[in-house]
Amino acid sequence: MSVEVAGAVRAKAEGPLKLAVPRGALLGETLDALDAIGIETAEVRGESRSLIFEGDGIVLVTMRPSDVPTYVEAGAADVGITGKDVLLEQADRVVYELLDLGFGRCRMVLAGRVGDEKLGEAQRRLGMMRIATKYPRTAERHFEEAGRQVEVIEVKGSVELAPLIGLADGIVDLVATGRTLEENDLEVREEIVECTARFVANRVAHKLRAAEVDELTAKLRETTAS
Amino acid sequence: MIHPIPPGTRDILPDEMRELRRLHLAMVDVFERHGYGEVATPAIEYDEVLARGDGRTADSAYRFFDERGDLLALRSDMTVPIARLAASRYAGAEPPLRLCYLANAFRAVRPQRGQMREFAQAGVELIGTPAPEGTVEVVEVLEATLDAAGLNRAVIGLGDADLYRQLLTELGIEGAARDSLLERLAGHDLVGLEGELSGLEGVGDEQIATCIALSQLRGGREVLEEARSLGGAAVERATARLGETLGALEARGVADRVQVDLGLLRDLGYYSGAILEVYDPALGHVLGGGGRYDGLLKRFGLDLPAAGFALYLERVHVAQMEKEARGGDST
Repeated sequence: MSVEVAGAVRAKAEGPLKLAVPRGALLGETLDALDAIGIETAEVRGESRSLIFEGDGIVLVTMRPSDVPTYVEAGAADVGITGKDVLLEQADRVVYELLDLGFGRCRMVLAGRVGDEKLGEAQRRLGMMRIATKYPRTAERHFEEAGRQVEVIEVKGSVELAPLIGLADGIVDLVATGRTLEENDLEVREEIVECTARFVANRVAHKLRAAEVDELTAKLRETTAS
Repeated sequence: MIHPIPPGTRDILPDEMRELRRLHLAMVDVFERHGYGEVATPAIEYDEVLARGDGRTADSAYRFFDERGDLLALRSDMTVPIARLAASRYAGAEPPLRLCYLANAFRAVRPQRGQMREFAQAGVELIGTPAPEGTVEVVEVLEATLDAAGLNRAVIGLGDADLYRQLLTELGIEGAARDSLLERLAGHDLVGLEGELSGLEGVGDEQIATCIALSQLRGGREVLEEARSLGGAAVERATARLGETLGALEARGVADRVQVDLGLLRDLGYYSGAILEVYDPALGHVLGGGGRYDGLLKRFGLDLPAAGFALYLERVHVAQMEKEARGGDST
């Protein structure tokens, strides 16, 4: 648990509620969910290059999913939607996780080359596996909890490349359909955690704008339950 | 030439220092007017003595050995040092004791988060006045302090530190499982909370729903009724305590800015009964907090109830500036 520490933070819980909307894979279903609770999203869906969309009583701010906890923690956005994978990787960010939205379902997995025994072999003979990932903290935590020693190598781009050319014995990555793995001759060895989209709130906004946050939470709960 | 200082520390230059000094004086003036005498304690103490106050938070980030080989630590807040001071210096004094401070404390930081390793806190400690009168006095001083800083839109959250400990015990949840759930509750990780609760034996859907609904109840007096309707002896006791405190605050005319919050849970291990948190619309982070710690002084051999609060001086300053930037309307 985090101990709160004084920091220079300039954000404001004033004006219409600001909702951080993730661009990328979660965008479509996020906008569908917002449509379903009566929030206008046509502009976001359009060709506009804007990042901020002012609607009726709510402002939609679009950003990378991995930036959502940053903006929400600081209160620059009051509430937001992002993947559990992002929240796990940034577990030290203080945001309130209010709701599992159920969509954007995917799995964080450990994968290796098809038929390749390198993963087990490395563990047995060298006592250490090399794992390439975009989620170093999640991967480290997983192996640490299992009492296994690994060398986690952080990469930014296509992580599938790493085991193919010998950078790592395996990868930890997010898998939705498994097609990318298959195409790269990789297979799932272990499932680490299942991830879905989550609704999060800034802790001050959760207190000072309780009615608005609660109403939004309730509406989202209803649509995702149906 | 540029010479670095550690991340999370900073120099303060004259322009800012002047403003901070003004703020500091305004706050201490409020404390003094309410009968609180300012004290200072050493920034370094024996680790063993701080740990007596709170085993959890006393795993101070900065520990070192002195020339005799004794383990010293930098304080991570002022409440524990003042409990130590009160027990050592005022053991025979007639309570209540009213002490205040403006002091720097030290905590570990996580990189690139704008967190401060060293930060100033201004606060009061009221030792020897039980609930609810003591709590009411502390809230009254807190409101006066916020007013003096010009933060008249700030809100004070009022919760109960014992609620969830007792509620979970009532559900038969103990030990590591309980600690883990308390952590989820403190972080409002409702999805994780639900998941963990449903994995426990003897916890039904109804209890899970109660736990989650309870943690989201915040507002005026009406939330006490809503909480009570969720049932259980622990909830009954907590709402009775909160109702009593709220009644006393109302009687004193200082309840307007208080938000009852059944979901409030502070990290520090020494709190019992009423807990407080301070929010301002100009800032995304809490301005400070406090509450009752009726068992803390006893750990130092002085069995007296106590309560207090601490505000982060720099955050109050930031909120003040935000407000001025907005035209400083004080209505």
